[in-house]
This record gives sequence, structure tokens and C-alpha cells, in this order.
Amino acid sequence: MELILKPWPLYLAGPGIAVVMGLLVYFGKSFGVSSNLRTMCSLAGAGKYAECFKFDWKSQIWNLIFVAGAMIGGYIAHNYLTESHQINLNPNTVNSLKELGFTNIGAAYMPQGIFGVDVLFTVKGWLYLLTGGMLVGFGTRYAGGCTSGHAISGLSNLQVPSLIAVVGFFIGGLVMTHLLLPFIV
Amino acid sequence: MKYFKFLLVGVLFVIVLSKAEIIFWYGIYEMFRFESFYIYGVIGSAVLIGIVMVQIMKRIEFKGTHGEQVQFVPKSFSVPRYLFGGIIFGLGWAMVGACPGPVFILLGKGVISILVVILGALVGTFL
Repeated sequence: MELILKPWPLYLAGPGIAVVMGLLVYFGKSFGVSSNLRTMCSLAGAGKYAECFKFDWKSQIWNLIFVAGAMIGGYIAHNYLTESHQINLNPNTVNSLKELGFTNIGAAYMPQGIFGVDVLFTVKGWLYLLTGGMLVGFGTRYAGGCTSGHAISGLSNLQVPSLIAVVGFFIGGLVMTHLLLPFIV
Repeated sequence: MKYFKFLLVGVLFVIVLSKAEIIFWYGIYEMFRFESFYIYGVIGSAVLIGIVMVQIMKRIEFKGTHGEQVQFVPKSFSVPRYLFGGIIFGLGWAMVGACPGPVFILLGKGVISILVVILGALVGTFL
């Protein structure tokens, strides 16, 4: 019961991700979530505007199903497998967030100032979330993969391009966290 | 139900990620401030095991459920493309604290505002 309700130590979580990748490979697929964004664009009719969205999206149905499973899993984990929704954070992290004006730090998964339902009624809230989403979408498409496709699948297969992409992820993430976020949150 | 197994793997994936608590904005922020080793440990151990797994599968010419040897498609090489794309992705990742997998998980967890992020991601992908 402990194991089901408490957060896992990393020696369970890391191998768990490797098992997921292994299962998908075993089923003849590859582990990479961001391909779904491209598939969804195609489904929405993007093939009319750009050549690269004209592909056989039916071959990607399995990945959409995988994402559907992810949403169901999110619901299950949230409602049945989590004892406390309080996040434990390093005190230094909490202090730095306080300086940035965050409140109720760690009380929910996402800071309410960015993800609370009330931000949906503000222009700034929309701009922030849309911009972040667009950067993620554009970056992942341009680099040909995200954390799952490059950092896990690519590095596991010793791909140099994936290493370059992961270095890029970190340059971008560090610049945003340390230099830009203090001004935009 | 040839697709049902993917649904189950998706559920498994998320239970692992949720238990690992690596899909939250705070966790990503903490990671980029180097104030927690946890996510590095999770990704690092996943990759180490992944490397061993892929090597073994290649050596023993491991066959998948479709009856053929499993393929690992190498990625074509380009430094600027991966670096530039990676940096853009990283900027967004630190902003919204979620990559393409977790955005859908968070939707399942009932974080409604993540829909705006998904909308943005679709627009970004289209661009």
C-alpha cells in the first residue's frame, strides 16, 4: 500500500520509464509522444496547407491511443493513487519562488498563478500559456522529438543528434528559468 | 483489440510518471535550478537501462509482436537543427513545466488551463 500511494524513489521510476519504452519497441513501435502533435495537426486538416502534414495518420493511431491511455492514467493516478497532493520542494526553491511572488507553493501540482482556472479570464494568463505551448510545439517539431523521443529513446540508442537536442533542451530551460522567468511571471 | 495494449502501456507510463512526480511545474523549475537531483536520476537511470536494453535487443536480433526484428531508426544528422529546436523547446518546457506527454496527463488530472498550452503546442507544431 505504501508503494501505491507514496511517491516512488528514482530507482523505481527510472526503470519504469525504460520498461514503457521497451514494451513499445516490443510492439514494433517507438517511444515518442510529440509525434502526436503532428498527427493531431493532420487530423485538423493541416495537410491542406503544408506538405509535411500529409502522411498516413492512420499508422499513428496507436500513438493517439497511447495518449488516451495517458489521460486515463492521469485521472486514475490523481484520484486513486495519490495520498497527498502536496509537493515536497527544496527550501531554496521555495524561497526563490516566494521572491518571485508565488503563493501556496507546492500546494498543488501547478502554481495557481499560472494554471489556476481564473487565469483563463486574463489576457496575460492566455499569453503565457499559449506562448509556452507554442515554444514547446515548434521546438519539438523542429528538433524532431521531445523528452521521450530524444532524451529517453534517442539516448538509449546512443544517437548523437538526440544528445545535441537534449543539450539544447537544457540551454533553453536554464535560460528561461534563470534569466527570463523572473521578468515574465 | 490490437490497439488495447497501447492504451494499457499509456496508463502504465502515466502511473510511473505520476509516482515519480516529475510532471509538475515545480519539479521542472527545481530541476533547472539544480536544487533537486531527482529528475536527473530518473531520466539518467531510464537511459542507462534503455541503453543496455537496446544493445541486448540488437545483439539477440529480438523479435517484436509483429514477428519481425525490432527496428531502431537512426536520426539524421544536423547540429543547428537539433540545437536550435532543442533550445526553443527548452524555453517552453521551463515556462509551462510540461513536455508533450505530461500536458495530456495533466489534462487527465483535471488541469483545465493546460488546454491552452495544448492549443499553443498544436499551433507551434503547425508553424
